[in-house]
Amino acid sequence: MYRYDSIDHTIVQARVAQFRDQTRRYLANELSEDEFRPLRLQNGLYIQRHGPMLRIAVPYGLLSARQLRTLADVTRRYDEGVGHFTTRQNLQLNWVKLPQVPDLLADLADAELHAIQTSGNCIRNITTDHFAGVAADEIADPRPWAELLRQWSTFHPEFAYLPRKFKVAISGSREDRTALLVHDLGLQLVRNDGGELGFAVYAGGGLGRTPLLASKLNDFLPWQHLLTYCEALLRVYNRFGRRDNAYKARIKILVKAVGSEEFARQVDAEWAHLKDGPSTLTEAEVDRVAAQFAAPNYENLASEDLCHVAFQREDKAYARWVERNVHAHRVPGYAAVTLSLKKPGASPGDATSAQMEEAAELAERFSFGEIRVSHEQNLILADVPQRDLYTIWQRAKATGLASPTVGLLADLICCPGGDFCSLANAKSLPIAEAVLDRFADLDYLHDIGEIELNISGCVNSCGHHYLGAIGILGVDKHGEEWYQITMGGAQGNAAVIGETIGPSFAAADVPDVIEQLIETYLVRRHVDERFSDTVRRIGLEPFRTSVYSNTTSQRRSANA
Amino acid sequence: MRNLQTRRLIKERRLQEDVWKVVTLIDGQPELDVCLPVGPLLVPVSVWKAKKACLIHREYEHGTPLGIWLSPEDDPAEIAKDVDDFTVIAVHFPKFTDGRGYSTARLLRERYGYDGELRAFGDIGRDQIFFLNRVGFDSFLIGEGRNAEEALAAFDDFPEAYQAGSDLPIPLFRRRAA
Repeated sequence: MYRYDSIDHTIVQARVAQFRDQTRRYLANELSEDEFRPLRLQNGLYIQRHGPMLRIAVPYGLLSARQLRTLADVTRRYDEGVGHFTTRQNLQLNWVKLPQVPDLLADLADAELHAIQTSGNCIRNITTDHFAGVAADEIADPRPWAELLRQWSTFHPEFAYLPRKFKVAISGSREDRTALLVHDLGLQLVRNDGGELGFAVYAGGGLGRTPLLASKLNDFLPWQHLLTYCEALLRVYNRFGRRDNAYKARIKILVKAVGSEEFARQVDAEWAHLKDGPSTLTEAEVDRVAAQFAAPNYENLASEDLCHVAFQREDKAYARWVERNVHAHRVPGYAAVTLSLKKPGASPGDATSAQMEEAAELAERFSFGEIRVSHEQNLILADVPQRDLYTIWQRAKATGLASPTVGLLADLICCPGGDFCSLANAKSLPIAEAVLDRFADLDYLHDIGEIELNISGCVNSCGHHYLGAIGILGVDKHGEEWYQITMGGAQGNAAVIGETIGPSFAAADVPDVIEQLIETYLVRRHVDERFSDTVRRIGLEPFRTSVYSNTTSQRRSANA
Repeated sequence: MRNLQTRRLIKERRLQEDVWKVVTLIDGQPELDVCLPVGPLLVPVSVWKAKKACLIHREYEHGTPLGIWLSPEDDPAEIAKDVDDFTVIAVHFPKFTDGRGYSTARLLRERYGYDGELRAFGDIGRDQIFFLNRVGFDSFLIGEGRNAEEALAAFDDFPEAYQAGSDLPIPLFRRRAA
């Protein structure tokens, strides 16, 4: 992975010093709340219900074991020992104290970690595929490009005060695992007919109050022009994005207002002046960065480890875990493993310091010392020899990291919601926990099969509810918390924004409603038909009927 | 000492006396009616367009240097052909969170070749100087009530930067390689 040189270190340390001074001035009343807010946000610091929340960047979701130990350590020392991994591959701490944040950032900086631009109206952490570098369907490794963009966007002087936040995702594989089309800017690595590498560029996607899928601006942007093109695009957005209304300020509103063709034309007109300028990438620089993501020294292994095969025959629980949590790897004899952060009784995406340390230990012993965070809020060991899978499973089980439910209903995505977040209209974690409790039976979960259940505590949609086959959105009605259900959403290449099925429900009824939807599916499905395929085939009506018909229950649903 | 505290203009990395007056239009006031007080003036783009001849005359006849100021909405392309006429071009920041002026500055410097004094004024202070300097501003009228003395330190907040800027046209990756 990318290691800092002395310049990278200097820049991150200068940031710590800068933020230490800003915090000092704020605490000494030399900076007003209004002046301090944008500054602390650009360092990932929110003031939440219980005090500050710090969002630490995990650039493109990649961590060394040492970095994960540092995260475990700061989580224990500055927080209460539990961190929350987010849908943008970052880590949030909910109980930090403002005067200690500069020290926390200094500890992070020592491990080449930071909280730069994890919030605020600027270019945010760049996310990518959690199987980058190991996926069989990879066109090119997205991580070097993500690192190049990380450097370019870090303290970009022109784009520190954009109309609104700006999220970038990069995918290097055929199957999209980055939710590319719901990003402000989505970059898909492609090869042209001549075999040259470039990007298909998508812009204007996003969830929130106006969910929209990104439009394609450019079929093939040669890699050399990545930075100049991004600079042109951001400049058009910075100058012409709306600033009069925060809900209309994302780039998606601008792209929609002028039309994607006209927007692309404006970007091209700006780019014409920047193209081939000094920011044009060089082969030497791409090679320098790419070399740091070179494949590890894989052993020559048989494509199938016989012990691993035998264990699956003998141990049904192991086989089940392998079926869900072990993923194909492009190198024979290797696999990628999901360490699940979802289980009954815990908030999705939460990891204790002890769990982080165990995951770091597993990474060190079995996966070349690296670990990834997925946007589905799990941890990934990307390079594991099959012969070690059984040991990993046993150890993960002992630490609560082995829920065999990846891709199933219990692998739900959830934001921190009203328990922590001051933007939220409603709590989301208790809903997630109630659903996890209701669907705790593994046989039942495996019978239901693959389904994405996504929960957001407000329309900002951090829990990606619109992309869930079933989405749950917390809404506020006259001071009460209600939950709206969306269905038909999908992520990936064929992303679809889900549709609201009807009036919202009280919190206590949500598990019943979800169960009703699932029962409808189980009755109506064809053999081997996934939930989302059944929904596509029979439409939403049977599901609506099942939850809103008078006979089903006496549950309250809000008048919409 | 007292005098120092009222100085809010930073130029050449030190506090200086400001001799420029900002001319603003009252809502609905026709540009031709605007009265031009004696001394160096920063006029709105619309006044520049309406009274170009008169403003140039002031400069030639009285040696009064010419200045203009742009709001965040003003397109710098509108004065692209005139940039050499101005001793100062100022860009207004009504709120420091409105970042349009940063793009305006880069366009003036990098596209339209302006090499005179480029001034940021309005709601700006210590925490904006580093980025403002990077996009091409070289003079800074610190917002009222903010500490201008303290803002002087901001130029050194970061010893290095990754991207090209108006201050540093070559990005770090090319310098790293050198």
